Amino acid sequence: MQTLEFQNIKKIERSATRKRIFFRWLLFLMLGLFALYYIAPLYVMIVTSLKTMEEIRQGNLMSLPGEIIFDSWKTAWSGRGGIDAGNVFLRPFFWNSLKMVVPAVAISTFFGAMNGYALTKWRFKGDNLLFLAFLFGCFIPYQAILLPMSRTLGILGISNSISGLVLVHTVYGLSFTTLFFRNYYISIPDEMIKAARIDGAGFFKIFFKVLLPISSPIIVVTVIWQFTNIWNDFLFGSSFSFGEAAPIQVALNNMVLTSTSVKEYNVDMAAAFIAGIPTLIVYVLAGKYFIRGLTAGSVKG
Amino acid sequence: MFYWLQKNLPKIVIAPSFAVILWFVYGFVLWTFYISLTKSKMLPRYEFWGINQHIRLWSNPRWFNAVENLIIFTVLFVIICLLIGIILSILLDQKIRAEGFLRTVYLYPMALSFIVTGTAWKWILNPTMGIEKLFTDWGFTNFTFDWLVNRDMSIYTIVIAAVWQSSGFVMALFLAGLRSIDDEIVKAAKIDGASLYSIYITIILPMMRPVFMSSIVILLHISIKSYDLVIALTAGGPGISSDMPAVFMTQMAFHRSQIGLASASAVMMFLTVLAIVVPYLYSELRRQDANS
Amino acid sequence: MEREMVKKLIASIASLAFAAGIIYNTVLAGGEAEVLHWWTSGGEAKALQVLKDDFAKKGGTWKDMPVAGGGGDAANVTLKSRIVAGDPPTASQIKGPTIQEYDEEGVVAPYHIHEVAKSENWDSLLSSQVANHMKCDGFTKYCAAPVNIHRIDWFWANKKVLDSHGLKMPTSWDEFNAAASKLKSAGIIPFAHGGQPWQDATVFEAVLLGIGGNEFYQKAIVELDMNALSGSTMVKVFDQMRKLQGFTDKGMPGRDWNVATAMVMNGKAAFQIMGDWAKGEFSNAGLKPGVDYYCLPTPSDHGYLYNVDSFIFYGMKGKSKIDGQKALASSIMGKNFQKIFNIYKGSIPARLDVPMDEFDMCAKGSASDLKYSAMTGGLLPSFAHGMALRNAQKGAIQDVITEHFNSNMSSKEAARRLADAVQASM
Repeated sequence: MQTLEFQNIKKIERSATRKRIFFRWLLFLMLGLFALYYIAPLYVMIVTSLKTMEEIRQGNLMSLPGEIIFDSWKTAWSGRGGIDAGNVFLRPFFWNSLKMVVPAVAISTFFGAMNGYALTKWRFKGDNLLFLAFLFGCFIPYQAILLPMSRTLGILGISNSISGLVLVHTVYGLSFTTLFFRNYYISIPDEMIKAARIDGAGFFKIFFKVLLPISSPIIVVTVIWQFTNIWNDFLFGSSFSFGEAAPIQVALNNMVLTSTSVKEYNVDMAAAFIAGIPTLIVYVLAGKYFIRGLTAGSVKG
Repeated sequence: MFYWLQKNLPKIVIAPSFAVILWFVYGFVLWTFYISLTKSKMLPRYEFWGINQHIRLWSNPRWFNAVENLIIFTVLFVIICLLIGIILSILLDQKIRAEGFLRTVYLYPMALSFIVTGTAWKWILNPTMGIEKLFTDWGFTNFTFDWLVNRDMSIYTIVIAAVWQSSGFVMALFLAGLRSIDDEIVKAAKIDGASLYSIYITIILPMMRPVFMSSIVILLHISIKSYDLVIALTAGGPGISSDMPAVFMTQMAFHRSQIGLASASAVMMFLTVLAIVVPYLYSELRRQDANS
Repeated sequence: MEREMVKKLIASIASLAFAAGIIYNTVLAGGEAEVLHWWTSGGEAKALQVLKDDFAKKGGTWKDMPVAGGGGDAANVTLKSRIVAGDPPTASQIKGPTIQEYDEEGVVAPYHIHEVAKSENWDSLLSSQVANHMKCDGFTKYCAAPVNIHRIDWFWANKKVLDSHGLKMPTSWDEFNAAASKLKSAGIIPFAHGGQPWQDATVFEAVLLGIGGNEFYQKAIVELDMNALSGSTMVKVFDQMRKLQGFTDKGMPGRDWNVATAMVMNGKAAFQIMGDWAKGEFSNAGLKPGVDYYCLPTPSDHGYLYNVDSFIFYGMKGKSKIDGQKALASSIMGKNFQKIFNIYKGSIPARLDVPMDEFDMCAKGSASDLKYSAMTGGLLPSFAHGMALRNAQKGAIQDVITEHFNSNMSSKEAARRLADAVQASM
């Protein structure tokens, strides 16, 4: 009797383990398949960037290069020197992008934080409506406002300058940064603020002493988001800054989308990869904090 | 005076941002609305012309096609991104060893601009170069995957690439949501005998309402603005079968010297956002207020 | 070095943070030209470098402003935002009736370069047709300078493929159809094509020129005659387009033109219709005209579809900018520049008096055909490349062509829609 029951239990346990192993495998299979879907374009880009043009013309999209050559990477970054006069390459434009991204991200993040703080911890009548007014800015198709924007910049005297670009990116980033910070701060208990207020702390003191120290997760999220969007922007970059002052996406575009000239896909792909390196690094390094940052403010938001 | 200042300080702090938004968003929307009532062609002109541009817009077959595509695209894009994002986040939440790596893999497309990933996608989806060729080379000679070049299907290839770019972000949002849920709730439900599946459906996902909201805001803004994606993949083709409102508007405004018409289409896009997104957001905001 | 960079960065960030009022103001000696263009790589970039060097020799300062993409589409966006900002570039790559369209918006006057054109006597250096494209203010004053003439209606063909099937270059569309059918049954893609609207339109205009004839082209495409647009000849043109579609392969939609050219080069496909920039692809692969490939006009009655690339000069304030415009205009029309530029670019000079000895066979053919066509009335502006029509009408026509070519729309329906679309775009 006893043994039979014992055997039964063992059986059930074993089938449970088998089931668990099966599900584990299924889990990995699904995750793997998804990973393939996500990796494929990057794989194509990298493989293509390492091939010669001859291989690209003849070969299979997925096939590995015959031998790995970094020539196209070099060409994309610093050109071919004298032989290819007039061609665009990326190196000179890298700094331009940084000069634009750093202030734009910093300013828009700062104001987003202040707005989020004021909207959640110092509630006033109509604050929800005001927030909604900010949110609408997320949905503006930028092509629609390009012309009044350039008029405005022209009047301010900063069309055709990096300052103009910083302004534009700050303005249209505000909607997003305000959204992020508001959703984060709303999850922070009001008691903390009340306690500080009773101690006599004012608006700014509370912000800098109480909220800012615990804001790093959402700052990471906001900075990643803003950095990526601004770094990858082409439309504003090509409309409001030119020539030597152009951001890297404009240069990339100029390399890749030439009209009636000969196309070098290997150089194109290498250039695309190089232009994406800063954002990729940000994602890889800060990815962990990214999830953490989102975690902090997500569910109560 | 000091008291007044202190009382209104929050408003004063928001004021500059709000002023900027007022001008750069609402001012420009009004400007666009006015231009849609003029005859502007190559450059903006300000003589009033009535609602003629709007009449022209709504008698333009290309516009209808673009709107239809936007609806198809938005519905599929939002639903599939949410589905994949939720599935991936739940899978990743099962204490996987390679989580860090996989997370990065799912998230990285967001980091790249579509100027060139578009080319990679174009090749992958192209029947003579990409997946179809791969499978026929492997001996599956009947395999066809020609959505990119099939006018009835081309809009779906845009969905595929768009989902690729954005679903990882949704995954991140939901993963974050899952992580912040108290383990005790799940344990309690398990003790009550609920299956993992029903725990997720009945307990966890409903708790993630705010995550749904953030995701939907982000996905909707991407879909309404989608321009790069279409240009890079199909440029609206074959024919005009994968045209979208943002593409239509840009073409009319900048390449066809029809700024008036383009503005009319932009106004329609603003109105759509107002009609769909704003009521939803507002009700969400009020619900949050009630909860908090 | 490192520290210098950091210092620079900090300085620029600091200045940017309080940037709103700062205006960058560079003062330059001599003429100054900010040039918006989309020639950013390969032969185009090399060709443009010739101009930059020439301009520098004249003491000018060239500020490069490249925005590539979509055959100038992206540059168009940039240009308009600059004009609206009240700060147009000194010169930009604009061609065809768009030049006059800009003039009507009042941003081109007061035509600073007209003086240069008068003193250099451009009227005698250019054919009257080309010259007219360059004039504003009711075609009286020069406001743009031409750099080249591209021919559009070319057949590019793989000689080995044709030879091995006993075929010659077709001299009529019927011959082409017969040859293509034969190739198709032999397993070769007869017609290499990239299904992008501008490429569809390129093929369309070549077909229209061949089947309708020169006069019909003038009526339908240049004058937008409603009867011609919707008539029976147009139906025949669409019929031929449908046949051509049958000769393409499955990978056609969205394909870049140079990928189609590569198909011809490696013998996968036999023919392509494309402007003479396609030559660059052939010569880059080391192929020779007449030996490895053919470059001959598509069948027509000595028609010649031209595309003249040019630079427009906007109204400017400031002596240095105006000087820059004048110097640049004069550089562009320089004899030596026109020669070297066009050898790199694959086109032929806009100036009539440039010796052609150093050009290749295709370019020489193009130059002599041009002269003949000009005399017989076959020299016509390309609509697909923005020489014949304004953007609104061009776009409307292009939509119909590409819709027809990529669907199973009937030819009659297409012709009817063509007329409707043109009407609606007015």
